[in-house]
Amino acid sequence: MASEAGGEHSFAEYISHHLQHLATEKARGLIDFGVIHLDTLFFSILCGLVFLIPFIRAARKATPGVPGRFQTAVEMLVEFVEEQAKGMVHGDLKFIAPLALTVFVWVALMNAIDLIPVDLFPSIAKVFGIEYLRPLPTADLNGTFGLSIAVLLLVFYYNVKVKGIGGFLHQWITAPFGNVKVTANPLTWIAFVLLAVVNIAFTMIEYVGNTFSHGMRLFGNMYAGELIFFLIAGLGGSLTAFGIVMHIFSGAVWAIFHILIVLLQAFIFMMLTLVYIGQAHEHH
Amino acid sequence: MNVTATLIFQLIVFFILAWVTMKFIWPPLIAAIDERRQKIAEGLAAAEKGEKSLAEAKSSAQEIIKEAREQANKIVEQANRRSNELIEEARGAAVAEGQRLVAEARQNVELEATRAREQLRKEVAAIAVAGASRLLGREVDAKAHADLLEKLALEIERG
Repeated sequence: MASEAGGEHSFAEYISHHLQHLATEKARGLIDFGVIHLDTLFFSILCGLVFLIPFIRAARKATPGVPGRFQTAVEMLVEFVEEQAKGMVHGDLKFIAPLALTVFVWVALMNAIDLIPVDLFPSIAKVFGIEYLRPLPTADLNGTFGLSIAVLLLVFYYNVKVKGIGGFLHQWITAPFGNVKVTANPLTWIAFVLLAVVNIAFTMIEYVGNTFSHGMRLFGNMYAGELIFFLIAGLGGSLTAFGIVMHIFSGAVWAIFHILIVLLQAFIFMMLTLVYIGQAHEHH
Repeated sequence: MNVTATLIFQLIVFFILAWVTMKFIWPPLIAAIDERRQKIAEGLAAAEKGEKSLAEAKSSAQEIIKEAREQANKIVEQANRRSNELIEEARGAAVAEGQRLVAEARQNVELEATRAREQLRKEVAAIAVAGASRLLGREVDAKAHADLLEKLALEIERG
């Protein structure tokens, strides 16, 4: 770790080192679809398996008789999510409720990686000759926007499913301001086109805004949390008595507080997913 | 801080996870939960029914006990009355028997006395005849002087 040497310059290096992804190659520009962040994918899939395997086992062993402790915990979670989904989405929950469960548990697990000491995984990776590693998938824009764009696609899908393609397109030109009835009067044609343009613009803003804020909220929270953990790690890295005491103290405080953020952000992400999909089910 | 193809893979991973959850996790858990809920509901209903029938059984038992007690009281009363009657009857019979025995005895005594008196009279008559014949020095015909003898016997009897 660069911080071991101390000094301001190397601490900045330490942080920027930790912010480098394990990528197939260095990205050119802000958007580069030729690059894959292997660390984000690896830890996302790992968390996915950590979610799926115990849950599948619990589901397989599920009996209507007296449940074990783990089954009870899983069932509580399932019932909690189902209740939320029922409250938000008025339609077929066959896919939406399991989706909400996946979002909640998966995001919570991915967020929880933030509670693991920041240098643990990069140090292990170094043993295997991996230079850069960011284990927190939700502090990667791709991690969170992958989810929020998936939700956007589902919103489009359920809009079409519930209202039909015609209904969905009709919604684009009539919501949120409504539109005039086209008659023989040419004035209504102009008004119709004008309102349609405005409505389309607002609908686009709505979808883009929803998706952007959905992904950005989770990313921002986790990225900030990760950065603060880096700073706290820097305190200990100074190897002064004050730095070590402050590292232990503030590290403990921030980690405890972060438990709340980890779960809260996962919950918010699930609720917003349900809200957006629920809106897709409603007729304007 | 770059947007890369990771995004698309993350999206695909997300859909795969959600699909697996829908296929393999959600249905068995929900089925188990619903089935257990059904069982609990049935159990509660059965418990309630059991309680109700218990209360019913208790009240009917109370009634039966009350009835039995009443009947027992009636039977005891009847038995008492019957025993009193029997005692009265027995007493009546005993008294009657006693009276009859006393009457019989009295009758016997009277009969005996009468017989003794008769005997005595005959003996007195015989003695009187014997005495008279000795006094007169001759045989007295008892048959000829029967009236006289009879009168004498009566006088002796009285006397």
